[in-house]
Amino acid sequence: MTHKQEPIAGTQGDVTTHDNAKSWFYTDVVKDHFFHPRNFMHEDANESDYNAIGKVGSPACGDELRVWMKVDPGTQRILDFRWKTFGCGSAIASTSMASVMVTENGGMTLEEARKLKPQDIMERLGGLPQRKFHCSVLCDKALRDAINDYYRRTQQFDHLVVEASRIIDPVSKVTDHDIEEAVLEGAHTLELVQQKTKVGIGNPNCLPAVEELIRFYKEKYFG
Amino acid sequence: MKPTVYLDHAATTPLDPRVYEAMLPYLTEHFGNPSSFHSIGKTVKDAVDQAREQVAHLLHVRSDEILFTSGGTESDNLAILGYARKNQEQGKHLITTRIEHHAVLEAMLHLEKKEGFEVTYLETDRDGLISPEQVEAALREDTILVSIMYANNEIGTIEPIAVIGNMIQKWREVRKRPALKFHTDACQASEYLELDVESLHVDMLTLNGSKMYGPKGIGLLYVKRGIKLQPLQFGGAQERALRPGTENVAGIIGMAKALELAQKDRENESIRLIPLRDRLIEGIQSSLKKTRLNGHPQQRLPNNVNISIMDIEGEALILYLDAHGIYASTGSACTSASLDPSHVILALGLPYEVAHGSVRFTLGHSTTNEDIEYVIQTLPALVQKLRSLSPVRVDEKYFL
Repeated sequence: MTHKQEPIAGTQGDVTTHDNAKSWFYTDVVKDHFFHPRNFMHEDANESDYNAIGKVGSPACGDELRVWMKVDPGTQRILDFRWKTFGCGSAIASTSMASVMVTENGGMTLEEARKLKPQDIMERLGGLPQRKFHCSVLCDKALRDAINDYYRRTQQFDHLVVEASRIIDPVSKVTDHDIEEAVLEGAHTLELVQQKTKVGIGNPNCLPAVEELIRFYKEKYFG
Repeated sequence: MKPTVYLDHAATTPLDPRVYEAMLPYLTEHFGNPSSFHSIGKTVKDAVDQAREQVAHLLHVRSDEILFTSGGTESDNLAILGYARKNQEQGKHLITTRIEHHAVLEAMLHLEKKEGFEVTYLETDRDGLISPEQVEAALREDTILVSIMYANNEIGTIEPIAVIGNMIQKWREVRKRPALKFHTDACQASEYLELDVESLHVDMLTLNGSKMYGPKGIGLLYVKRGIKLQPLQFGGAQERALRPGTENVAGIIGMAKALELAQKDRENESIRLIPLRDRLIEGIQSSLKKTRLNGHPQQRLPNNVNISIMDIEGEALILYLDAHGIYASTGSACTSASLDPSHVILALGLPYEVAHGSVRFTLGHSTTNEDIEYVIQTLPALVQKLRSLSPVRVDEKYFL
């Protein structure tokens, strides 16, 4: 199939078909990582070879991601980064791409890796269909979860970063900051915010809090 | 070259060449408007009338009981919104099931939320079956419409429509509630099941051209004589002013031809497909652990296989199958616009994980033994690969 893609995923960054219809089609890079995933955790791998782990999501909300990380204690660089994910094509591809990004060129330092944004991963993938943004939002969260785990295990408590934002939904690990960004990107209803972030899908108890936040940010930015 | 194994006939069927032949003159030579008062229009009007007669004959009804629409969704909407609005003085209670197509469910939801109706959504059993007793227990003095699908599009379960229809008819007569009517969405049934509305005891029935090797954009609603509907659109006398607008002439001709072929072949096609369906189910379940057949094992459309494969997510599997030339579908959230997984599989009382891992193969005219064996050979390795990437291990107690 022939399709061109817009360079960077953003609110306008849906992959487009040749006739410019919004579509589902993944970019060639996404497809490559989906069909040939890099650095996934092998069945027979030994967990004790890794010195940090991270986890986010749950299968109930459609995506679950676990990561295993091996950090060089001297340089604090990521030597190896392995993962397993339950999820759709873009979840697999974005995790695979993130694993490449944090380990290439000698590996990122933990402080560099902590700054990895979903947008960086999507840029390298050549964009993702709009409704799929949440998939790579998951893998940068799992990465930060693993970074904190490493600092905890090595008792570098002063390096722990409890994210300034507050987790609103412990299942999807969506924070108030995520909701703020979703509202800024134009999601002004609960339904639209859920499409962007998956907040509360599989954990409806948090929905009243989410609605409260949407109202708050709408008033803050749009009066 | 990779093979092409299309197993998504419940989504849509290709156009039968015989249907195409029948339609062609009405896309080219016979272009007239059936409402025009001249011979070019008259030729086309005659053809539309003849197609309506033909459809009526196949359903054993009168031709003025057939309304042509733009498809299954419009027919369902017209039956439910049109009947409820027109007859609300007789009562404002409606009954349907949790596993209906969204064309029914969302029309019901709209009436409930915006127009003051009360809707009872019946729960099915684990196989997707509704019992006549359940329907009877839900009937009230103010019930005016029951809508239950003939066969489910996702899991293939065939509902006991004739028995339910018979019960409703008796209830109506005994309780003297002539306003109580029974509608069925038969879109998935038309290729394989009896469509005689008399023996089904239905008052309204929905059919869709594009599920029976006819064209897209055409459907029909059978409406028993005497039933009053409020139209959804206005602006002409076509279809007894219940569905105004210039007729989709070629679509109507194609729909009539497709229905004729479907009803003629349905028994032979069922006999041909049932062993293929059962072989596919058996082949998948014997080569893969942790699977679940969704829908009733016997009361099931001859062309439907719906299996949940645990620990993996359906969209990923569909894309892997696509790369091998196998075209199927899934109830996973990731392929739906709402990001919610299949409401049908959740309605069976199964957890999200089972809905996310569901994959549906729907067989059809083109399906051969070789196709089925190819799927059985190809699928296990793809599932193994996705399982090796997955951190999830769904416990048996959740899906057995």
